[in-house]
Amino acid sequence: MARVFKGRVVVPGTVSAEALVTHSGFNTLANLKTAGSFLNPKGILQDHNNPEIFGKAIPKKALCLPETIGSTTGGMVLYCASCMKVGPACMLFSKKADTLAVAGAVLTANWSDYPIVLVDELGDEFLEYVKEGQMIHVSQDGTVTVED
Amino acid sequence: MILNEELLSIQRGEQGVAMQKVLNTLIMYGEAFGAERMVKITGKMGHAVIGTGSLTWKPVFDLMEKLIDGGAIPKQSFTTDPRGIEDHVPVPLAQKAVFKLIFSNQRRMEKEWERMGIKDKNAYTCTAYMDEVGNIPQKGDILGWAESSAVSYANSVIGARCNRNSGILELMSNILGYVPEFGLLTDEGRKADWIIVVRCNELPEPQLLGSAIGFKCIEDVPYIKGLDKWLGAELTQNVKDYLKDMGAASASNGSVGLYHVENITPEAVELGEKLIKENAKVFVIDDAEIERVKASYPIVWDDLNAKPDIAFAGCPHFSLEQLLDWTDRLEDGLKRNKNEKVTVDTIFCAAPDVRARFEKEYPDKAARLKEIGVTVSGLCPLSYTSNPLTDKSKIITASNKLRYYSKARFYSEKELVEILTGGEI
Repeated sequence: MARVFKGRVVVPGTVSAEALVTHSGFNTLANLKTAGSFLNPKGILQDHNNPEIFGKAIPKKALCLPETIGSTTGGMVLYCASCMKVGPACMLFSKKADTLAVAGAVLTANWSDYPIVLVDELGDEFLEYVKEGQMIHVSQDGTVTVED
Repeated sequence: MILNEELLSIQRGEQGVAMQKVLNTLIMYGEAFGAERMVKITGKMGHAVIGTGSLTWKPVFDLMEKLIDGGAIPKQSFTTDPRGIEDHVPVPLAQKAVFKLIFSNQRRMEKEWERMGIKDKNAYTCTAYMDEVGNIPQKGDILGWAESSAVSYANSVIGARCNRNSGILELMSNILGYVPEFGLLTDEGRKADWIIVVRCNELPEPQLLGSAIGFKCIEDVPYIKGLDKWLGAELTQNVKDYLKDMGAASASNGSVGLYHVENITPEAVELGEKLIKENAKVFVIDDAEIERVKASYPIVWDDLNAKPDIAFAGCPHFSLEQLLDWTDRLEDGLKRNKNEKVTVDTIFCAAPDVRARFEKEYPDKAARLKEIGVTVSGLCPLSYTSNPLTDKSKIITASNKLRYYSKARFYSEKELVEILTGGEI
């Protein structure tokens, strides 16, 4: 059985990826400040304030989250992670996405070869349902299918 | 989005491909938030968040080069965030070598900023709104700034209007001279979703109060009651400094871009409770909540009893008054604890222009700080800890922002002064 959710498309795209889930705010700078460099070539998440995802790898994952928080470097850090091929494949928000996450995804869509698909307003139920490691399929129209 | 003739001509490519792409990026960004038009930036100067030529941010510097080559240059001068290291800061040789490597884009970045029209070589600070730096918007100005603490300060303490723009987007906004109108640029977006009642027995330390607010409000706008009991009704430099540090903390544990403080901040003085949304939620912050927040900070040192290697204060950058105040606090502490020097190498961070004024107008205090083991620098402690060797150091700080982004251990300001001057906590 698969569960289907419908969200709002901010950066469109078709993606299939494994879920990486955080139920608290994703601090982009704290997680990705060295991602893609020799200090963190595998894109391992570094925010020790968020034990749910600390130490996990983000490249090509479907990042499921309520919002991003913290520094206004957030969008450009996402852009850099994308250019260095250690960014998430998509970002799936239960709430309305914040300015920094949208900026990051929009920058990748316009200026990078590896755009990050962004769908938001998937609802609290989405974040309650989705579990780490589940396969997720995202369609152009913002339909998000979570495989059991 | 409805565009005026100037923007339509850019959209048609009449000012080149780079400008056209900048506009399209900002349209896509604005439309995600329902913006129906672009509004002109009215602030006299921009502020960017990129001050460190980090190795990891090479794609940003490549993009800046593309923009410059394409003739897409900011319409106005600007300041930007601090450098990651400065030459006069004493650093062990091995750390120095790693700094050279991880900040290998510093020279390139500074050259690009020069070509784009940065204010001057001292324009690298997160507190460009200090008098000495002079990037001070007017109430009601529309800004395209980034840097979470500066955006929070400009919105709340000055009453300018600015969204929490990301790095690069702030640059593109200043290149275009317009920002999409939504969120904190609108009257509705500036209304409070939360009433925060501060009910402590004494004025809480700003970084702890800000942290508590950030945890609760995340990205919402709070209307804070109860602070005027201690802070009074005038925006003196001390009050501004308190709010600067409180706002920075609420933008680290959350993403608060605007707060109103009853009877103190300009919009709260002007509009009072009209700023509060119907059905706003109420949250009381008392001493127990402040303690709970402080106790919730993870300590990521492997040895909890390790001796600290280095201490930082001034994140966000100190004002002149804070530099003077902290100098006095250390002097008092050293006298009280009968010590001659601080027990841990200490760095006070302040804007290069603030540091210059401090050294010029208070040479005795500046010399005294040096004598007791304190370096005053314009560096960014957050960037400083992106060096894996410095990050391994045992850093202590009273900055929630620095604590959040590094392995630094947090102490309250009072505790930090005691540790530095050899007292017991």
